[in-house]
Amino acid sequence: MSQDIYVVIEHLRGQMADISYVLCAAARQLAAASGGQVVGVLLGHNVQGLAQDVAVDRMIVMDDPQLADFIPDRYQQALAGLLGAQAPRVTLFGDTSIGAELAGGLSVQLGWPLVSYCRSVRADDGRLMYISQLCGGKLMAEGEIPAPHALVAMVPGGFQAEQGKGSQPPPVEMIAPAATAGGRIALKQYIEPESGDVDISKEAILVSVGRGIQNADNIEMVEELAKVLGGVVSASRPVVDQGWLPTTRLVGKSGKRVKPRLYLALGISGAPEHAEAITDSQTIIAVNTDPSAPIFDIARYGTTLDMFDLVPALTEQIRRAKQ
Amino acid sequence: MHIVVPVKLVPDLVEELVIDASGCALDPDTLRLQLNEFDGHAIEQAILLKERGGGQVTVIAPDLEGVDDVLYTAAAKGADRLIKLCDSFGQSVNNHAMARAVAEVIQPLQPDLVLTGVQSHSDLDGAMGPLLAGYLGLPYVGYIAGVTLSDGRATVRKEYPGGLVAELEVTLPAVLGIQAADQPPRYVAFSRIRQAMKTATIEEQTVAALDASGGPVIMRMYKPEVAARATMLDGGPDEVAAKMVALLRELGVL
Ligand SMILES: Cc1cc2nc3c(=O)[nH]c(=O)nc-3n(C[C@H](O)[C@H](O)[C@H](O)COP(=O)(O)OP(=O)(O)OC[C@H]3O[C@@H](n4cnc5c(N)ncnc54)[C@H](O)[C@@H]3O)c2cc1C
Ligand SMILES: Nc1ncnc2c1ncn2[C@@H]1O[C@H](COP(=O)(O)O)[C@@H](O)[C@H]1O
Repeated sequence: MSQDIYVVIEHLRGQMADISYVLCAAARQLAAASGGQVVGVLLGHNVQGLAQDVAVDRMIVMDDPQLADFIPDRYQQALAGLLGAQAPRVTLFGDTSIGAELAGGLSVQLGWPLVSYCRSVRADDGRLMYISQLCGGKLMAEGEIPAPHALVAMVPGGFQAEQGKGSQPPPVEMIAPAATAGGRIALKQYIEPESGDVDISKEAILVSVGRGIQNADNIEMVEELAKVLGGVVSASRPVVDQGWLPTTRLVGKSGKRVKPRLYLALGISGAPEHAEAITDSQTIIAVNTDPSAPIFDIARYGTTLDMFDLVPALTEQIRRAKQ
Repeated sequence: MHIVVPVKLVPDLVEELVIDASGCALDPDTLRLQLNEFDGHAIEQAILLKERGGGQVTVIAPDLEGVDDVLYTAAAKGADRLIKLCDSFGQSVNNHAMARAVAEVIQPLQPDLVLTGVQSHSDLDGAMGPLLAGYLGLPYVGYIAGVTLSDGRATVRKEYPGGLVAELEVTLPAVLGIQAADQPPRYVAFSRIRQAMKTATIEEQTVAALDASGGPVIMRMYKPEVAARATMLDGGPDEVAAKMVALLRELGVL
C-alpha cells in the first residue's frame, strides 16, 4: 500500500483530453496532504510521446497493441492488474465516456469505493476530502475520500487545466500489462462527426435553444432571431435527441465546446454537461423562466421572461436597430 | 431475446431542493420524483429492439412514490413484465447497495441484455450500469446512442466528445448504458396507460438486506455558493428586448 495518487491519463486517437490536466491538478493537492507522489498511468499503443506536459512526478506507461483503442474490458483488466499490485491511496479518472465506466467496473472488481461527480478535492486536517456536484449542479456533497483505497471520477470546473501542466516531461516507467484479456467487446470502426454543416465552435454569435423550445415547429422562431443577429442556431442535448436539430449543432460534453462573442441561451437550464462547454464564451445571456436555473450562475445577463414572449419582440427590435 | 431495464426515479430539478435536518441528504418529503430521463431512452431502446427482432421486455423499479405510473406507462409502450422492488429504501440508498440488490433480482431472469440509463444526477458512487455488470460478471459499454442485435451480439454506437462515435461489438449477455435511443421516446396516450393499469400486473419482489459498502459517506450537503450571478434585466418583453439591444450594441455584436 502506498500514499501515492494515481491519475489515469485520458486520451483518444492521439489527442490528450483536457480532463487529464484537471486530474493532475487535483492529484497534486491530494499528494501534498497524503505525502505520496503523483503518478500518471498512460494506457495505449505508441503513446509514449503523448503526455509530456502533465504535472506528474512519474509516468507509468502500459504499451500494448491490444490497448491501441479504448476497449472497456481490456482497459479494465490492464488497470485492475496494475492498481491491485501497486495499491495507491487514490486513483483519479475523468467522469467521462471513458473514465466513468472504468472506475465503476474497477470499483466492483477491486472492491474499492468510488466517488463520482467529483468537482474538487481538498485536505482537511490530514484527511482527504471530496466535493462532488449532484442534481445537475444544484447541490454539492462533501465528505472524506474513503481509505485505504478509493477511486474518484472527476468532472471539470473545480480546477483549471493549466494548473495540471508541468514544465518538463516526467520520468517514464514501462510496465507490461499483466492481462489485457477481454474479448467480449471489439471495436468495429469509428464514425466521424458529420461535416458539411456550420462549425459552431468557430461561430461568433450563437443562439442556443434548449428543451424550453417545446417542439420542432418553434425552431423557426429562433432561426429568425439568429438570422437578424448574423449568428447560427445551436442546441442542448434534448433538442438534438428529439431530432429537431442535427448533432452538428450540439453544445456540451458530448457535443462541441464553443467560444462565441455572444451565447444567447434560450430555455436551457445550464446542466453541468452543457455548462462546461460554454464557459469560454465572451458574454452569455440567458432566458429562462426558472429564476433558480444554474444557467444564471454562469451568464452575465439574464431574464426570467418566457422565451415565446421575448424572442419575437427581440427579433423585431434588432431588425429595426439594423435598419 | 429477453431485455431487462432497471429504472430509477430521480428528483425533478425544476422543483426547489430541500436539504434535511441532518444536513447530509435531501429531504425526501419535499421531493417530487420522476423517471430518470435516460431511463426513458433505455425503455424506448428495449421496445424498439423487441419490435424489430421479437422478445420480451422486463422493467424493474424500486418502490418509490410514482413507481406504479412509471411501470404502467412502460407497459403501455410495450413492456411485458413489471417488477417492483420492495424494501424500506429511500433516496439515500447508494448505488453499490442498489446494484447488488438489483443484480440478485436480475440474475435468475437470465436476460440476454440489460439496458440501464447511462447515469442519473442524484447519486454519488458511480452509475449503476458498470456496477451491475461487475456484480453480474457481464461486459459493460456505456454512453450509447444506437443498438442493433444479431447472432448473439449487440452492435452499439458509443459516443465520445465532439460527435465522434465508436461502433463496438459486444457479446451477449451484456449490460449497456443508454444515453439516447435510436429514436426519441414515443408518446403514449393516457387512455393506453389507463388500459395498462387494468390489464398489466406489477409483481412485487422483496430485496435482501442492503449492503452500502463501496460508496462514500456524505458529511455535508449544501447549495453551491456562486461567485457572481447574472445581472437580471427586468420589465416586459419590449422593455427587456430594448435593454438587450442596447447591450448587444455595447458588446459590439450589433
Ligand atoms: C454523459 C452525458 C453527456 C451529456 N452531454 C450533453 C451535451 O453535450 N449537451 C447538453 O446540452 N446536454 C448534455 N447532457 C444532458 C444534460 O445533463 C442535460 O440533461 C441537458 O443539458 C438539459 O438540456 P436543457 O437545458 O435544454 O433542458 P432542461 O434541463 O429540461 O431545461 C429546460 C429549461 O427551459 C426552461 N424553460 C422552459 N420553458 C421556457 C420558456 N417558455 N421560456 C424560457 N425558459 C423556459 C426551464 O425553466 C428549464 O430550465 C449530457 C448528459 C450526460 C449524462
Ligand atoms: N434504484 C435503482 N433501481 C433500478 N435501477 C436503477 C436504480 N438506480 C440506478 N438504476 C439504473 O442505473 C442507471 C444509472 O443511474 P445511476 O446509477 O443513478 O447513475 C439508471 O438510469 C437506471 O437505469
